[in-house]
Amino acid sequence: MSTIYRMLMALMVAALMVACATTFDDEDVTDEPRPIDEDVTRVDVIGDDPAFDALPMDDEFRRELTSEERDFLAERIVYFAFDSSTISSEDEAVVRAHARYLSYHPNSRVVLEGHTDERGSREYNIGLGERRAQSVRRMLLAQGVSSGQIETVSFGEEQPADMRSNEEAWRLNRRVEFVYGE
Amino acid sequence: MKRFLAVPLLLLALIAPVQGSDVLRIEITEGVVGAAPIAVVPFAWEGRGQAPEAVAGIIEANLARSGRFSPLDGRQFPQQPSSPNDVNFRRWREAGVDHVLVGRYGPASGGGYEVRFHLLDVLRESQIAAYRIPAPEAGLRRAAHRVSDIVYEAILDEPGAFDTRIAYILAAQDDGRPEYRLMIADSDGYNARPILVSRQPLMSPAWSPDGRRLAYVSFEGRRSQVMVQDLGSGERERVSSRRGINGAPAWSPDGRRLALALSEGGNVDIYVMDMDSRDLRRITRDSAINTEPSWSPDGRQLAFTSDRGGPPQIYTYDFEKNEIRRLTFEGRYNARPRFSPDGETLAVVHGRDGRFTIAAVDLRGGGVRILSGGPLDESPDFSPNGAMIIHASRRGDRGELATVSVDGQVRQRLSMAEGQVREPAWSPLRSR
Repeated sequence: MSTIYRMLMALMVAALMVACATTFDDEDVTDEPRPIDEDVTRVDVIGDDPAFDALPMDDEFRRELTSEERDFLAERIVYFAFDSSTISSEDEAVVRAHARYLSYHPNSRVVLEGHTDERGSREYNIGLGERRAQSVRRMLLAQGVSSGQIETVSFGEEQPADMRSNEEAWRLNRRVEFVYGE
Repeated sequence: MKRFLAVPLLLLALIAPVQGSDVLRIEITEGVVGAAPIAVVPFAWEGRGQAPEAVAGIIEANLARSGRFSPLDGRQFPQQPSSPNDVNFRRWREAGVDHVLVGRYGPASGGGYEVRFHLLDVLRESQIAAYRIPAPEAGLRRAAHRVSDIVYEAILDEPGAFDTRIAYILAAQDDGRPEYRLMIADSDGYNARPILVSRQPLMSPAWSPDGRRLAYVSFEGRRSQVMVQDLGSGERERVSSRRGINGAPAWSPDGRRLALALSEGGNVDIYVMDMDSRDLRRITRDSAINTEPSWSPDGRQLAFTSDRGGPPQIYTYDFEKNEIRRLTFEGRYNARPRFSPDGETLAVVHGRDGRFTIAAVDLRGGGVRILSGGPLDESPDFSPNGAMIIHASRRGDRGELATVSVDGQVRQRLSMAEGQVREPAWSPLRSR
């Protein structure tokens, strides 16, 4: 059997295992939480933001956070204009909040993933995604984050957040994502 | 002839089974004026039972797809000859064709098949070409492509490119998760099969000049790296996995160097890697994006995309003079150049007023000629005989492949049952 065929088999087995795990999880949830009154169209849960909660955090740092900073830290994406790598003034506050987190936690690591919309050529867009990631990286460094904590990777137009082909999708796809971990 | 037998057999042994949905379907979207009228008479099957492939049908579809021939509708055939002696030239003249192709095929004594054919000139009442072509068990389609190439060249006096392959990326969903496949298909879209499947993006396939290896970009491990995969053995080698971008591989015409886009210094620049020593030579050095290199056929120049002057435009680098020159000035966006086989033209992505089309750029004057319809076309590549350009095209939310003749007259769409098809790369002509 060839290497590739074996790889394919391995992938299929992996896919099966994932599928099984998902089914098991789903069975644990016996009933969807839902509003009782039909007039209630939305239920907000306060203080339970998974994106924020997933960040390991020093207790003192957590106590010092303003609610605004909490929101900024829960935000993991900054957006860009077409063919631009300039960070908007609103998004600067998001980047600064992450800079403060990273400086306070010198063992934390972040990967900045740069993305573009689908227009134009693919490898040029890889360059553009990298430029966006570098633009966020420079701002983090300027705020005192150590360069060893930051890595950049560009996916260009290869991993759109929105698969559609229109202005709204393009706006959502021109982005840099903060990916914490390892 | 040795490779003709060995390569497809090896490939068949090494790859996963083909799925029906991976077959490209070709639709001709625009017609042609001045195409050569020809009749491709169904070849007589000399074996038992049903013929495994309708060989003449494959040939007829090839010739029609090239835009250079207009095959006569079978219902208008005055007779169904399969040997040259049975051809009544006067009746074919009355049917309005200049050439008739007749043939027979059947099992060969040593296994596999044999295809015999005669190409006849109806006006001169003479034979132009006649060949016997052996084919292995699974090689009848390929034999039909070789017949197509012989007919194309005999009548037009330039080489055909039917017996070639296309590599491309197929982005599909597998159980809701993205899956990327590096695919190889025959030039007519048949025999599509994956040679690599990954959960992370695959990009920028590039054929080695001998057609035996593909360089491409893989994001496995969520990092970019340039890989080279041997098609015969399936072996993969990581040739570049530096910090940042590892992208846009392009083989030099002699196959000994690989141009790359790397971003070690923060922004992306063009480098040339010696494939023996793996030494890197840096070609561009500035704060702009420099990427998408393409070698001139004589190996003396690189064309590439750079935004050093504002929006992206095409530049050329001359190895001898060590000099960079801007080539395009027309239009706001010109990117992803590919040299034509004769070295006189570049195919590029041309953006103007928010529409992205495929355009031909004259290397001497820099003039831009729009070839495709847009509005989101990308990744052009020449057929190895220089007659066609294949490119990616967006239709609604789907990614498809399309071809256009170099004069912009004949456009065709190659659609697929599922998934996003992108980044086609046309193989070199196969050496015989």
